[in-house]
Amino acid sequence: MDARNTIGALSATGADRPPRSLAAPSGRWGETVVKALLALCAAISVLTTTGIVISLLTPTIAFFSEVAIGDFLFGTDWAPTFTPSSFGVLPLVVGTLSTSLWGMLVAVPVGLLSAIFLSEYASPRVRKVVKPIIEVLAGIPTVAIGVFALLFLSPTIADVFPFMVNIAPFSAGIAGLAIGLMIVPIIASISDDAMRAVPAGLREAAYGLGATKMKVATRVVFPAAISGIVASIVLAASRAVGETMIVLLVAGASPRLTFDPGASVQTMTAFIGTTATGDIAPGTVKYDTIFAVGSLLFVMTLLMNIVAIRLVRKYREVYE
Amino acid sequence: MSLDRLQPGGSARTQLAVVGARSTTLTAQNGGDKLKGNLFYALLLLAIAFALAGLTAIVVQAFVKGSPALSTHLLTDPPSAIADRAGFRPAIVGTLYLIVGVIFLVVPLGVGAAVYLEEYADRTRWWNRLVELNIQNLAGVPSIIYGILGLAFIVRGPLDLGFILAAGSLTLALLVLPTVILASREAIRAVPPSIREGSLALGATQWQTIRRQVLPASIPGILTGVILAISRAIGETAPLLLVGAATFVTFNPSFFSDDGYTALPVLIFNYATRPQDEFRVLASAGVIVMLVVLLAMNAFAVWLRNRYEQQW
Repeated sequence: MDARNTIGALSATGADRPPRSLAAPSGRWGETVVKALLALCAAISVLTTTGIVISLLTPTIAFFSEVAIGDFLFGTDWAPTFTPSSFGVLPLVVGTLSTSLWGMLVAVPVGLLSAIFLSEYASPRVRKVVKPIIEVLAGIPTVAIGVFALLFLSPTIADVFPFMVNIAPFSAGIAGLAIGLMIVPIIASISDDAMRAVPAGLREAAYGLGATKMKVATRVVFPAAISGIVASIVLAASRAVGETMIVLLVAGASPRLTFDPGASVQTMTAFIGTTATGDIAPGTVKYDTIFAVGSLLFVMTLLMNIVAIRLVRKYREVYE
Repeated sequence: MSLDRLQPGGSARTQLAVVGARSTTLTAQNGGDKLKGNLFYALLLLAIAFALAGLTAIVVQAFVKGSPALSTHLLTDPPSAIADRAGFRPAIVGTLYLIVGVIFLVVPLGVGAAVYLEEYADRTRWWNRLVELNIQNLAGVPSIIYGILGLAFIVRGPLDLGFILAAGSLTLALLVLPTVILASREAIRAVPPSIREGSLALGATQWQTIRRQVLPASIPGILTGVILAISRAIGETAPLLLVGAATFVTFNPSFFSDDGYTALPVLIFNYATRPQDEFRVLASAGVIVMLVVLLAMNAFAVWLRNRYEQQW
């Protein structure tokens, strides 16, 4: 073996040589090429984001050269296809908030209580069966949930509670219920993980002080896992806001400024979904409207996701 | 002296003291607490039962409503305006083609990105942290936004593919890419450093170590992530509406022809919105076909994860 490669040669004869590293003396170019290719794969994700921002931004700027930004954000009348047209986006925003709100009203209590059950009360055997079932059911496509809501929930609920469905079969409340079913697994699964990350020592200390099981679950474990729990809720809310197929099927298509659960409303996603399917010519205001609404939706969900990512990181730092 | 706490030994006096102490501490928990605890437990059971019942109702209802239409015609007939003769063949073939395209794109890209981030990237560099944050954010972008990206960037704009099946495939691939990257990273991270160090110590280069040691060891995890991503891509409808999955296509599609294409969930959506009940039955039957494929895939992924979960 070449003497230069032994470590002993370094101090003995290396007085006039540059300092050596442990890396191979001549880098293999194949290794560099592989690294560059892999880095390119990772860069695709950044390109995707850039692509999303550019594809949203350019038509949105064109849109705002036609419509004043104040009229768009604070206008209360959404009629882009009528003449004279009106571009107040508030009815779409309220429609989105309404369906999401009803969905969260179902999903937050059910999801959190399910998470407490899975993490604190369920025996390991029950947990081992129930958690995978919930995770598999979380994979049900939203179009299937939408069909379920349209063909089953809407007629059934209209029979029992007529105030929930003003114009059959469309209703913001029923769309919300279906969205709730969609996001329950997200809240249950992530909150369960967060609560299980709470160290057993906290529970044992509380039991040692005489706390009941319910007190340990609600006053010790739940607050200790709060950032993960809030993260799951924010993440679920962002899913609810971005959901398209359920609202396209059961929320209706009438942009209206109301939180009435029985009303038919149009959400931002539903507007994009219905408008962009037809053959619309690029460059027209109608085409640009899709992108303006899309930008608003993107910004809303992006903010929620950033909050969720921060919170998840926080609870990881505390207990790992 | 006995160490069993439930059966204290010692003299009669010791035993009496233990019984007394036990009775005072146990009765300190009053009846109200016990009742509240039981009510709370009942509430928890109610919640989990509601969640499970609601989610299984989706599956059960599809079977009840769609079973009359279940036959081989469903798989072999093209869509039609007459419900008796309408089926899903072009849509099923379209979905198959879309998925083949997605696999072809997403596996090398997703695994490559994951390998880079886990094995090469220096976390102290801002661009690597940017890539990580970016992937986490992309995972939360609503699917319809990917549809907008597909419409503006892939169908029109820079790539200018037109409304072809390959554009749909590319859009779906970008949509599920973060899922594959995140799952592959988890799998690669689970391979202990000692495996890498052993390989490097034997003189293998970094890439040889990754190719011969790290990747083979993490394949079950990566495969699980890919299966979950594909099952998401199968059910994804909203972005396809934007990138031209037309609903009335009576012939089998191909990758690059611009005659139009359709996909299973898009056709289900279309059938469900028609007023005639026959079409709603067909939509439910389509949901059954989709759910059977998806639940089988998801169950396989869960099985794979449990079967090959390696403890190092």
